Amino acid sequence: MATSAKKMSAITVLVGTRKGLFILRADAKRGKWQVDGDMPRFHGQVVNHAVLNPRTGTMLAAARPGHLGPTVFRSTDDGKTWKEAAVPPAFPRRSGSEPGGYGWTVNHVFWLTPGHAAEPMVWYAGVSPHGLFRSDDDGVSWQSVDGFNLHPDRLLWLGGETETVPDGATVHSVNVDPFDPRHLMLGMSGGGVFESFDRGASWQPLNRGCAADFLPDPDAEWGHDPHCVQMHPTTRDVVYQQNHCGIYRLDRPSRRWQRIGDNMPKSVGDIGFPITLHPRDPDTAWVFPMDGTSVWPRMSVGGKPAAYRTRDGGASWQRQDRGLPAAHGWFTVKRQAMSADQHPVVGLYFGTTSGEVWASFDEGDNWHCLMLHLPHIYSVEACSR
Amino acid sequence: MKVQLPTPLVDYTGGVREVRAAGGSVAALLVDLDRQYPGIRFRMIDEQDRFRPHIRLFVNRQLSRTLDLPLKPDDEILIIAALSGG
Repeated sequence: MATSAKKMSAITVLVGTRKGLFILRADAKRGKWQVDGDMPRFHGQVVNHAVLNPRTGTMLAAARPGHLGPTVFRSTDDGKTWKEAAVPPAFPRRSGSEPGGYGWTVNHVFWLTPGHAAEPMVWYAGVSPHGLFRSDDDGVSWQSVDGFNLHPDRLLWLGGETETVPDGATVHSVNVDPFDPRHLMLGMSGGGVFESFDRGASWQPLNRGCAADFLPDPDAEWGHDPHCVQMHPTTRDVVYQQNHCGIYRLDRPSRRWQRIGDNMPKSVGDIGFPITLHPRDPDTAWVFPMDGTSVWPRMSVGGKPAAYRTRDGGASWQRQDRGLPAAHGWFTVKRQAMSADQHPVVGLYFGTTSGEVWASFDEGDNWHCLMLHLPHIYSVEACSR
Repeated sequence: MKVQLPTPLVDYTGGVREVRAAGGSVAALLVDLDRQYPGIRFRMIDEQDRFRPHIRLFVNRQLSRTLDLPLKPDDEILIIAALSGG
């Protein structure tokens, strides 16, 4: 064990909250955890997502300082100091009469994704209202992906509205295919899953097989509400999705999603926000179900929080609640708030809307609380250095 | 001319609430502020050249709703960021 621990990396966990960014660190053994500093970074600001680019070591944080509009901050010294992007994401200036002339304003940057390994300086950002931006200089300046932002059908995809979901309609789950830098996939809430094979110049929907109980067409081409979409990082053509209406898996070249959430216990259901993939095994994934019945309470089912793990691609699921509250645990885990590390025995991390950070160092079998009393947690990203 | 800034913007000015800037219009004034304190304009004005919803800019205590308003060198500018929410 000691020998293998030497080969493993120290862990940094970036926790984005409604009131700032908290940075947790542990050595490779993951036994002792520390929090950077006495104060959060971006104290008082909404931090929707904070992510490390493993290729350059740059960290980016999507922040919204109160009512002063959104921006992206970057750190090139492991989170010690941060500087605002010189050109933050902003929609093209358009009058209402021009093509794509929505005249939209970025309300907040919601999702950050580093580019392909062969393009180490590239990042993508999903924003609210629906928009996609790209940086070619490691997050210093951002350009509109006009193939998406000015797409003539975009308002059709959204149903013509921009504020149809709680906390604002948004682009999330921006995936860069690890086997092809030209292939992008993203989720629109609401709107559905869309993909591009030409770095964002053109887009097509990818929603067949997904339920959309709120649409009249049972097999609609778009209009769905994906909550989290994850391409597998090391196995080509395997994609998982936690949707507003179930858990799905897609095995290319098929273009039809299969509802693997039907194999979840009926008393729990298959509604939730996050889905987290094993970094190497394409058949292992974790979800964190929430109550999606009646008025959608969006909290742990029955007040008994638990992760569910599949080891067979969704054919079966195992409840994992050891260490978590046995009752009266009324929280939600949001779509960016669950993450896995790269260790041989994978570590899992999640943050709750009630401000708790939990971790498992044995692939979900046992859970340990790392922090209490943080603000509402939006994102948790485990970074192996 | 003198420009009074709200506390949420003083991160850009090294903590200084009152700064000086020049311009023949509100638009030009904000460009000069951004030249001195990069990024500060985008915190007040969005990409469609509209004031952000919680920003108010007063010229000699009169609310300005347009970037085109002409300015004189001895005008006094007060910028307020209304805060709400919890």
